[in-house]
Amino acid sequence: MALTRVHFDEELNELRAKLLRMGTATEEMVRDAVIALVRPDRKLAASVLPRDDEVDDMNRDIEADCLRLLALQQPMASDLRFIGAIINITIDIERIGDHAVDISKVAQRMSDESVFYRPLVDIPRLGELTGAMLHDALEAFIHHDMALVDKVIDDDDAVDALYSQMRADLRERMQQDPSCVVPASHLLFVAHYLERIGDHCTNIAERVAFIETGRLVRSPHTPIPGGDAPPPTLRLSSAA
Amino acid sequence: MGAMQVQQSVHTPQAAPPPPEVTRRVQDGRAESVRAEAKKVDFFYGDFQALKNINIELFDRRITALIGPSGCGKSTFLRTLNRMNDLIEGARVEGSITLDGQDVNGPTVDPAELRKRVGMVFQRPNPFPMSIFDNIAYGPRIHGQNNKKALGEIVERSLKQAVLWDEVKDKLKQSALALSGGQQQRLCIARVLAVEPEVILMDEPASALDPNSTLRIEDLMHELKGRYTIVLVTHNMQQAARVSDYTGFFLKGELMEFGATEKIFTTPENKATEDYIRGRFG
Repeated sequence: MALTRVHFDEELNELRAKLLRMGTATEEMVRDAVIALVRPDRKLAASVLPRDDEVDDMNRDIEADCLRLLALQQPMASDLRFIGAIINITIDIERIGDHAVDISKVAQRMSDESVFYRPLVDIPRLGELTGAMLHDALEAFIHHDMALVDKVIDDDDAVDALYSQMRADLRERMQQDPSCVVPASHLLFVAHYLERIGDHCTNIAERVAFIETGRLVRSPHTPIPGGDAPPPTLRLSSAA
Repeated sequence: MGAMQVQQSVHTPQAAPPPPEVTRRVQDGRAESVRAEAKKVDFFYGDFQALKNINIELFDRRITALIGPSGCGKSTFLRTLNRMNDLIEGARVEGSITLDGQDVNGPTVDPAELRKRVGMVFQRPNPFPMSIFDNIAYGPRIHGQNNKKALGEIVERSLKQAVLWDEVKDKLKQSALALSGGQQQRLCIARVLAVEPEVILMDEPASALDPNSTLRIEDLMHELKGRYTIVLVTHNMQQAARVSDYTGFFLKGELMEFGATEKIFTTPENKATEDYIRGRFG
């Protein structure tokens, strides 16, 4: 059978490329915000905010493309899931960008204080983990890689564990030394933003699984209404 | 006495009586009643096998869309349901096709009576060259109804069900051929409804109509499915997606996939179905 809808395929490929550009730009924003915090580097931190405007523009552009393709091409089956998933994925990426801005603002405030704590060792680690999750989620999207989807979802558990440990550390430090309450609470916020970025990456991975398998899988962290037992371990690659 | 009996049947409610032994099924999570069923159906035009081992259930008061590329067998299958293929020389059907559990190819089945129960609407509207009234009254007259008042009631009720009454009520004596294409098609649907069928087969009923008339036919199908089992053959996949509850995909004489329409159009299981509805081959 001859392949048809060549033009539509080109449009879908362009949409895929646009999403990748938006994701990569956001990945760099998160990376730079964390570097700016740790160094500290006020100039680098300040550079993150205008890049968020660019990401927002990309988001609007992709959304317009999706609506146009839905209206004009009437996509079906995996094409329909692809476009529907992209609309959702861009929302998650856009929020990750917002959190990068949040972190960069903390970095700007803290750059004047020049206070170093042990948690600053954990912040880069948390930044690396969530940055890798975003990178892997985007790779999974591009390469239809369900193993990477599983990895992202697994890595979110590591992020949650590290976040939990950081909160305990920072709380203890604040109790021991009230003079560090202000910088420690800043770091608490940063840790929270990074943890949320991990959650958004998990959402993206779940949408990639939806494109590939047609299944919308319940997050392992979502309680089952009326159920006491925890949901079974999520393995998306074997759920297909 | 005979006329009395006919008149009584005319006044019975439109909904066809439930079959004596209703087969119930759960399909894609929904409880359904089987109105008609094909089991292991093969169909031949001479040496050419047009249908291969078709197994499908058609559910009561649901619209089932049959889709697939030209020559896939979907229209052939549609016509096996009311034995329209009997008219083709060298045609042969094997396997079982049942309506309300009764074999439609059984030796005691009268094809004319079967086609009253399983009505058909064709691609091109085909009104008879007679008045609007006589078009609708034609079937009931053939089946013995000659009471003027009863015929008038049938004509009005059928035209109302086909959402045509308001447009033609003042010109029932005019020729049906003067109606627009969309009106003619609704007239043909009204003509089928006049003999109170159980199943309505529609073979590309809107493909010769403009977009507005097409949407009116689709709205009408939505109305009618509250009372009838409808089987729709269409090349227009958006139409299948818009109006049907279930969809079957035919390819090269085989039923490749059957399921709830929203499932077929979002997450088909068969690769060929996926490629076809995405428009990736043709």
